[in-house]
Amino acid sequence: MLKDITIGQHFPGDSVIHKMDPRAKLLLTVAYIVVLFIGSNPVGLALSALFLVVAYRVSGIPLRMVGKSLRPILPIILFTSILNLFFVGGDPVFHWWVFTITRQGIYNVMVLTVRIVCLIAGTSLLTYTTSPIVLTDAMERLMKPLAKLHLPVHELAMMMTIALRFIPLLIEETDKIMSAQKARGAELDTGKLADRIRALIPVLIPLFVSAFRRADELAMAMECRCYHGGEGRTRLHQLHLGGTDYLLVLVCAALFAVIGCSGILWGML
Amino acid sequence: MSSVIKVEHLSYVYGEGMPDATRALDDISFEIERGEFLGVIGPTGCGKSTLITHFNGLNRPTSGRLLIDGEDIWADPKQIRQYRFKVGLVFQYPEYQLFEETVRKDIAFGPRNMGLPEEEIALRIQKAARFCGLDESLLDRSPFELSGGQKRRAAIAGVIAMQPEVLVLDEPAAGLDPEGREMILSQIKKYHKETGTTVVLVSHSMEDIAKYADRVLVLQAGKLAMLDTTANIFARAQELVGYGLSVPQVTKIFLRLREMGLDLPVDVYTVKYARDVILGALAKRGGGQDA
Repeated sequence: MLKDITIGQHFPGDSVIHKMDPRAKLLLTVAYIVVLFIGSNPVGLALSALFLVVAYRVSGIPLRMVGKSLRPILPIILFTSILNLFFVGGDPVFHWWVFTITRQGIYNVMVLTVRIVCLIAGTSLLTYTTSPIVLTDAMERLMKPLAKLHLPVHELAMMMTIALRFIPLLIEETDKIMSAQKARGAELDTGKLADRIRALIPVLIPLFVSAFRRADELAMAMECRCYHGGEGRTRLHQLHLGGTDYLLVLVCAALFAVIGCSGILWGML
Repeated sequence: MSSVIKVEHLSYVYGEGMPDATRALDDISFEIERGEFLGVIGPTGCGKSTLITHFNGLNRPTSGRLLIDGEDIWADPKQIRQYRFKVGLVFQYPEYQLFEETVRKDIAFGPRNMGLPEEEIALRIQKAARFCGLDESLLDRSPFELSGGQKRRAAIAGVIAMQPEVLVLDEPAAGLDPEGREMILSQIKKYHKETGTTVVLVSHSMEDIAKYADRVLVLQAGKLAMLDTTANIFARAQELVGYGLSVPQVTKIFLRLREMGLDLPVDVYTVKYARDVILGALAKRGGGQDA
């Protein structure tokens, strides 16, 4: 069941999107998120969703993966949808006992759902097509100006790399420990809530112990390789912005501008 | 002898329905006899670990059945927990599952989950600790203070304390020094002899399997390749090598000796047996010269 978690999962490939400069991809993703909020009208959202479908097609990542990355946040979508559906005032279209559904409520739910789905699917596309190492590399490059303000940019990026690298390891470890405790009769997926929380102790303690052990070992291994932070460190792979990158950024920027301005169009309709 | 675990046409597919689905186990059928010491060998990734997690219902067969004491363990999935107490499973590197404040409490975790009375639990802790060679004074220490070998033994004691009908161990000696290896395995053998518990031992070490197992099961790419007595298995050394497995060193020596034209049995797999064969051969030769 833990295998369903897709955070930080990366699907190697060699589509245009895979090969794109990670800095450009990162900035475009941020821009996409902003545009999703500016162009929060049916026309804008339809265009945003269409953009994503095309982007997924180009990247060669099956759209089915979107469903997988959405599963963990499904409860949040449902919860906000229900709140919006019943508690937004306006013209009622349906009324039963204390529940009233308004036209504005339905509109809000649709806009909200599409927006969240696009948000998750869009950011997932970034992590699906970019390896975590490359991504943190890009972040480090983009945040470099902040180093002038004595912000430990390299250290932050390194921490992020390590954290991302450890997610799959820890998931695997959790799976193993859960099996081992189940083999000793632990009941992890049955019983009352209080029992279930108590049942997690035999899983969490060994997990923490092993996480600390791994951290210790990693620190030792890094020191043995004379790691001493970011100062004077050079890179094996330098990032280069190529012609395709500029072209893709231009195309996307133009599209985002249209989506951003779609509010005017929607107003005219 | 009756069988304690019966596997019928068991197949297991990882990630079924996904494009990357892999068939880890493919139509496996065999029986484990009550009271035997079964060794399981096979190259890395052949499905050994997947197979043993079926024995106590941690994995559910994609198709096929698994019977313990003649009952299909998945007949009622709600009752699966009772089979976890019948088949005690010791995972690889079991010391990573220790979590309690004291070794005593950690060993008690399994028996307590079984709902046993306190006196019985105390008794079982003592017994299990003795079988695993854990000193009484260690029981009130934190498991995290123990040495690697002691931790391993404490974790095994935690499973033995449940007094399962079948004890399954996945590489119990991995990562230990030769002395620790020898100690753990001989204690398991002693436990097997004294209590008559069925033991299934998964190992990469042909020497260990040769020394302790009555019968050997060879897995190859998710399929059951061989299941026979230890002597018969190691007599088929060529096939084992073909599967990417090795044979005990002493078997290799005797194979070479046979190739050199000496009339020796093919199933020499322990040093003790080898010594007897050599002494026998020398005695025959000595007798021949005298005549």
